Amino acid sequence: MTPYQFKPKSRWREFLGEKFIAVNAFAALIAILLIFVFIFKEATPIFTSSEVQKEASLNKMTFKQQFQPNKPAKWSWQPNSDLPKYSLWPLFLGTVKAAIIAMLFAAPLAIGAAIYSAEFASKRMREIIKPVIELLAGIPSVVLGFFALIVLATFLQDVFGLTYRLNILNAGIALGLAIIPIIFTVAEDAMNSVPTSLRDAARALGANPWQVSFTMVLPAALPGIAAGIVLGFGRAIGETMIVLMASGNAAIVSASFIDSARTLSATIAAELAEVVFGSAHYNVLFFIGTVLFLFTFLVNLGGELVLQRLKIRFQGKLS
Amino acid sequence: MTDRMAIAASTGPVLEFKSKGSGLIPRGLTLTAVIIIIAMLAVILLNVLHGGLGTISWEFLSKPPEHGMEAGGIFPAIFGTVFLVILMVITGVPVGVLTAVYLHEYTSPTSRTTRLIRTAINNLAGVPSIVFGLFGLGFFIGFIGHGIDTALLGAEKPVWGQPAIIWAALTLALLTLPVVIVSTEEALRAIPREIKDASYALGATKLQTIIRIIIPQALPGIFTGAILAISRGAGEVAPIMFTGAAYYLPYLPKALNDQFMELGYHVYVMSTQSPDIEKTKPILYGTVLVLLVLTFLLNFMAILIRSRIRSRRISV
Amino acid sequence: MRRLLAEAFLILALSQAALAGQITVKGSDTMVRLCQRLAEEYMKGHKQTVIQVSGGGSSSGIAALINGATRVCASSRLLTDAEIRIAATKGVKVHQLVVALDGIAIYLHKNNPIVDLTLGQLRDIYTDRITNWKDLGGPDQPIILYGRENNSGTYTYFQKQILGGEDYAERCEPLPGTASVVHAVAHDVNGIGYGGIAWATTIRYAGIKVNDSAQAVLPSAANVSDRSYPISRELYLFLNGEPTGETKEFIDWVLSSTGEKIVVESGFVPVRAQ
Repeated sequence: MTPYQFKPKSRWREFLGEKFIAVNAFAALIAILLIFVFIFKEATPIFTSSEVQKEASLNKMTFKQQFQPNKPAKWSWQPNSDLPKYSLWPLFLGTVKAAIIAMLFAAPLAIGAAIYSAEFASKRMREIIKPVIELLAGIPSVVLGFFALIVLATFLQDVFGLTYRLNILNAGIALGLAIIPIIFTVAEDAMNSVPTSLRDAARALGANPWQVSFTMVLPAALPGIAAGIVLGFGRAIGETMIVLMASGNAAIVSASFIDSARTLSATIAAELAEVVFGSAHYNVLFFIGTVLFLFTFLVNLGGELVLQRLKIRFQGKLS
Repeated sequence: MTDRMAIAASTGPVLEFKSKGSGLIPRGLTLTAVIIIIAMLAVILLNVLHGGLGTISWEFLSKPPEHGMEAGGIFPAIFGTVFLVILMVITGVPVGVLTAVYLHEYTSPTSRTTRLIRTAINNLAGVPSIVFGLFGLGFFIGFIGHGIDTALLGAEKPVWGQPAIIWAALTLALLTLPVVIVSTEEALRAIPREIKDASYALGATKLQTIIRIIIPQALPGIFTGAILAISRGAGEVAPIMFTGAAYYLPYLPKALNDQFMELGYHVYVMSTQSPDIEKTKPILYGTVLVLLVLTFLLNFMAILIRSRIRSRRISV
Repeated sequence: MRRLLAEAFLILALSQAALAGQITVKGSDTMVRLCQRLAEEYMKGHKQTVIQVSGGGSSSGIAALINGATRVCASSRLLTDAEIRIAATKGVKVHQLVVALDGIAIYLHKNNPIVDLTLGQLRDIYTDRITNWKDLGGPDQPIILYGRENNSGTYTYFQKQILGGEDYAERCEPLPGTASVVHAVAHDVNGIGYGGIAWATTIRYAGIKVNDSAQAVLPSAANVSDRSYPISRELYLFLNGEPTGETKEFIDWVLSSTGEKIVVESGFVPVRAQ
């Protein structure tokens, strides 16, 4: 044990000091709880107020609604209409589509780069690659959004002859740039934490370096790489400024990836400033916030659990 | 599967490696990924540099926007950003540092409390920034600010219950808390045990050791955390949109309950709502360049300090 | 204790005291640029006055006026019955001034062969009944719709006046500002958009016909001013009671010919015919 002596007179100070530090330490925990409570609080009228439910009930937000007698039922996000329509489905679809493009774009690049950095790169090369990718992480999302809006959108439209200049493809690629560093870092860490004993064993069996990587290190680090992908997906779902600026923001239900799309996060950003406090629209926006919070919470929890397991397996301890 | 492999690898020659391919293809493919990423980064940086460099001048940095943002400079946005991150650091860094100290010095890493707090920190880091914005609006402005107005001041007009720089700073402080904690912890881990033991051997109490030995030793790490937090906070727009950032203000924020202009928000406003996109383009690019240089410089500093800490840990 | 706290917060909020010499203008985003330009110019000649302009939309401006949080409210619409009622209960006598007229132009790409549109066609285009330019006598190309975000006053006005309250087609791309709409249409041969009237350098305006037999009218300042152009609205400033003191000075200046010049520069039409 740590050999230290208590001076009796400072016992109170010790006690208070420790308690003060402890109280601070719970800040993050309290913050998470408060965030949930205060966002959900503003969304509760959706469940409790019949007035609000007339416009926006769970049923109306989820399922197709028939708004005019002679027209087919549809999902529609038209909150500022004479008959407000609050279907979340177009927003959800837009969010997922943008995130999928982002993943398809970012995951191969990030994992490829991580493999190269962890397995093939010389020490000097690695010292260049890692800071460069950290630099990418340092670009504010509003700058990526700006780049997608001004430069990338025109480039993509010219190359692929797209009908809509601002679309999911454009937003997804910009979003991908934002999540490459996340996937890269987690995946690279996972590969680096594979114990050298495993590598040595493979090498002893006559495997050459790339065989060591692909038959030993990669399979062992796979859960970590998966966790990186999951965490990146969580970020892609919640990211706001990039999609707000680059996706075109039309709430369409379609399977196309070159249509414009409105995401959950961008909807909050675009509409909250104008909304009448306490109105159904206001409640719905906070409900979207609650959904985003819960979704990313679960995703992060899942990713975190996988990473912890991996750590225990490789190091036999938590740190 | 991995366990089985590990066992297999350690018990006998179950795996056989025959082909002696050079591994050029996987090597080439993964290198391509690296090159693509670096190329994209370069394209973005060169584009911003090319578009913005011509705009940067002392005038641009020191004057307010004029003519409906088509002319003039961005001084109020720079000032607002600096003011904002200073408030954020003052309110957020101490809490983050104490959290790290608590986790590292007072509890065992496997205790339930530690794991709970750690899970909370990791989750806080993953909460979407727009959700922080909602929270700032609902909690800081609606609950705390409005509460102060009605309970303490009995004010007719909102004094604190409205968007203000302090609420935006507190929102960002929460958002950047995980960054500070992680950096501080890394620094704490790098402190050699012998130094602590020496302090205890001299009769110092735990609190004294923390205040006089551990925190000073961890200062570089704390700085790194603060710098990373600033770089992150200076670039976030979604959390401050509803909590205090203003489209345009003719004066600089002086009090904690003033609104403010901010670089990132300025970029958003100019690139989507400017009166004339072509006319504002030079100013827009200039602003993006300033924002990028600011965040990159901060990041670069953080990386430098951190690599020093890491090398020290290895040498001990 | 409570008093101490209250005092502390009051001291922190000290700069609020400086508000006495300050005019706040809050409201419509359509008018933010106009108000900002007015404030900028006015402050050049009146160093002792500080004018703070902020947007947020007409609704939030009206609410702020009623709550006493702003001295002047800029609005692109009149008060609703509900707002009038609330104002009355709070003892706010809303004083109303028309500062400018805002014509809403229909933007087309410069290479678009379509010259003019009827109000009916416009409605059908934005409600997805007409989706191809060939139905209007143009090339066989899809019509790409650009509009404004649903929190904009222009969005609401266009929906009420042109769409007759119907919903916009879902594929209409909502953009956050008039400039974005102009920018989008300027880069899209098949695009159509709507917004203010001082933007015609990169796009072309469609002439508007009230019905098939009527004559097409272009959104020129003169046509908006004499109300022959069918899509235009009034822009207002609201105050609590008759203006006095430095507010009156500012308002008088806004309505003077100097103010009108800025109205024109900002892309609106002055109330008095020029």
